[in-house]
Amino acid sequence: LKQKHHQWFRNPTWRAALFWLLPAAFLGYFFYQPLVALFNLLFSPTWDFSLANLNWRKIWDPLWFTILQAGLSTLLTLIIGLPGAWLFARFAFPGKKILKMLTTLPFILPTVVVAAGLNALLGPRGWVNLGLIALLNLESAPIQFLNTFGAILTAHVFYNTTIIIRVVSNAWSQQNIRLQHAATVLGASPWQTFKEVTLPLLRPSILSATLLVFLFNFTSFGVVLMLGGPQFATLEVEIYIQALHMLNLPLASILSIIQLIFTLGITVGYNQLAGMREFAITPRSQEIGLRKPRNLLERVVIIVLIISLFALLVSPLASLVMRSFVKLEANRGERGVVQRGLTLRYYRELGTNRRGALFYVPPIMAARNSFMFAIITIIITLFLGLLVAYALKQHTPLNAFLDPLLMLPLGASAITLGLGFIIVFNRPPFSNLAFPILLPIAHSLVALPFVVRTLGPALGNIPESLRNAARVLGAKPLQVWREIDLPLITPAILVATIFALTISLGEFGASIFLSRPQYPTLPVAIFRYISQPGALNYGQALAMSTILMVVCAGGILLIEQLRLPGRDLF
Amino acid sequence: MNSQKFPLKGGINSMTLKLKILSIALLIILGAACSPAIQANEARTLTVMTHDSFTASEDVIRQFESDHNATIDFVRSGDTGSALNQAILSKENPLADVLFGVDNSFLGRALEEGIFEPYDSPLLDDISEEFKLAPNNFALPVDYGDVCINYDKTFLEENNLPVPRSLEELSNPQYAGLLVTENPATSSPGLAFLMATIAQFGEEGYLEFWSALVDNGLVVVNDWETAYYTNFSGSSGQGPQPFVVSYGSSPAAEVYFSEDPAEGAPTASIIGPNTCFRQIEFVGILNGTENRDLAEAWVDFMLSVPFQDDIPLQMFVFPVNSNAKLPQVFLDTVQIPDQPATLPIERINQNREAWIEAWTETVLE
Repeated sequence: LKQKHHQWFRNPTWRAALFWLLPAAFLGYFFYQPLVALFNLLFSPTWDFSLANLNWRKIWDPLWFTILQAGLSTLLTLIIGLPGAWLFARFAFPGKKILKMLTTLPFILPTVVVAAGLNALLGPRGWVNLGLIALLNLESAPIQFLNTFGAILTAHVFYNTTIIIRVVSNAWSQQNIRLQHAATVLGASPWQTFKEVTLPLLRPSILSATLLVFLFNFTSFGVVLMLGGPQFATLEVEIYIQALHMLNLPLASILSIIQLIFTLGITVGYNQLAGMREFAITPRSQEIGLRKPRNLLERVVIIVLIISLFALLVSPLASLVMRSFVKLEANRGERGVVQRGLTLRYYRELGTNRRGALFYVPPIMAARNSFMFAIITIIITLFLGLLVAYALKQHTPLNAFLDPLLMLPLGASAITLGLGFIIVFNRPPFSNLAFPILLPIAHSLVALPFVVRTLGPALGNIPESLRNAARVLGAKPLQVWREIDLPLITPAILVATIFALTISLGEFGASIFLSRPQYPTLPVAIFRYISQPGALNYGQALAMSTILMVVCAGGILLIEQLRLPGRDLF
Repeated sequence: MNSQKFPLKGGINSMTLKLKILSIALLIILGAACSPAIQANEARTLTVMTHDSFTASEDVIRQFESDHNATIDFVRSGDTGSALNQAILSKENPLADVLFGVDNSFLGRALEEGIFEPYDSPLLDDISEEFKLAPNNFALPVDYGDVCINYDKTFLEENNLPVPRSLEELSNPQYAGLLVTENPATSSPGLAFLMATIAQFGEEGYLEFWSALVDNGLVVVNDWETAYYTNFSGSSGQGPQPFVVSYGSSPAAEVYFSEDPAEGAPTASIIGPNTCFRQIEFVGILNGTENRDLAEAWVDFMLSVPFQDDIPLQMFVFPVNSNAKLPQVFLDTVQIPDQPATLPIERINQNREAWIEAWTETVLE
């Protein structure tokens, strides 16, 4: 019998099933159950919906546009992100840590604030246009940015470049530099080395990051709505229109099912590509491959890269922060004159409840709520993410089936899921009092694919020979995990933690349905201000956004400071 | 792979241990969040579902709570559309006792779905008949406001432009490229303004007017935030358009939330026949509530003077109770149109989708 017990463990399918148990239960309960319940209700006879009256153009047009913009956005993000990843993985330069942190911040900002930032920069009266008008003596603004296809693409690059940078540079910096040296010694040109050694090793992480970026763009909502304008609609925007403005829930559901089917198809396609080959190469310390630029050409390339990253990712942030300190109202009657002074008024105003309003939230409380939800999200996703990453390492057909189901929450419409939550989780144990826990759970559904796609390649890179060596030397199972696996995946765990943190801090879609006025988060507070007229409201929204960025920056720096095993190992 | 030769026995065991520790931690977190709070002296809870724009003074709400030994649990979720959807989807098992915030553009749908129970509040006597749109008091009016075109006073002065007196004048060439409005498919003020044009020009004429606006350089964006803060020149965003579809109370908010209120309002509304669309917000007791008496008390409270007096500065709309008083900043800056545009709720409910689609074809394509 004992022998049989061992057999059972040796079977990779059973092993994978064991790892999958909790994550699958989590997804089933919190993702599939609400979706199925919603679709079930909407296609029941009481809703009187038939496919016959369906206007297929309403589906075809947004679907085509969704694919087009997601493909182009992802391509552009790769063009910016891959050189960025190379920069952070291979070179040491002053201010590197800060720049890397800054490139992460766009990810957390609510679209309404990003729109304000881009408007301050590139709008008809933005600084770039005003500068060009003054410089070239023009009549009107030369750059038409808002409400264009270009604005959508730019904003997607702005938001998602950090995904490519974080995921790919992490894998790149862990690559064993000796392999490249060996290739060089054997007479390979730098291009050959890159093509034959570096690139194949980076393939899993590039594919992972590309998939995540594509799915994020595929379900893009705020950017298309606010920066693209009424000429453009993705599936997600159409779902929003049908569900919340036309009150046509069945049509919204059909659109969201189509969105899910495409997500599934994309993920299955990805698995075909990614599953082809996996190399396990002894990873190296992240510091070993780092060097200073060697010659003039490298120096120029690096400076151009840093400037591009600044222009694309940091300047809209900077314009937001600056505006939160600048007096917005010129004196009446002197509007033509640009008359601005510095002020802390908006920050002071955040701390006062002028109207004695019931739902007023001091910024420190909003920050606390945001952090609390983020920490719960991190705990849930790291725990479940590690289990899934180990499950995916087993060679079993089970994974080909379960992995795409894990990715599906990324392709699910936040509105559809939110409505599903409402009909399923409206009775004990999810009474109103317990409802706040659903928010970090919803965040975890979105963050989990990121965590898995980050940890997966890192685990795949650990050669089994290392573990075997440890076992031969007498290490206990737990010891093997602690001494071999954990140190080697620590950098990936840090990246995963940062993703979970930023997704939770910035998520807004699910918050619409699941946030409770008792626990407003920073994005909710920002939205409260910017949805009312008045200079103080606008100023406070920008001030609150600045606080959100500071909180997130603080969180990232804190995570990067954590003394986890493996950091000083090599 | 090597793993075939060297079974991962150890790996599994170590993982299950971690797994146990972590699952216990997770259970503790979930448990802590789910455990019911201990409540003093058996206060009853009334759940009020509403939209994100709902707010009130803390004192006013606390007064109700202490008078009725009750706790109000507010569930604010998204805009009017999402709050109404939630009520409709959960009507078999209501999430709340009361729903506040359904306006006349969605009221017909709410009544059609049968989500409300009727209630003849004694306070209805203090409310003008024009606001009571729901037959048999299935829903009761609480506040009203007007969606109006705001203009940037300074821009008009500097460019010697007169204030338009009617919707028609907006298609005059002197106002070319100066108006920004919201897409009625994605924005509630956008839909309200579309309905104002239907009230003014009728089903046969409104599309012609919109074509004229498009020819005159109309700018359309998807949401109020973009229209007001990115495109409108009278706001802090200082955009290019001096006319924006916003609310009649926005000029008052500009004063109240300004850095120097003494300077007066930088904006004003175009007030003429049918230039503004009247939005009325309703409260209703949700069908199937187990707290009918407390829900009635809450509805009475929302219609009573203390709550009605609190409405203007909290939500920047007007009280329906004729005994309520307006604050000074409203009296100074807000113009209330004599002849606001309105449409019957059944007609809105039947045509909303068709109007929006016709508008989309005319304006966007």
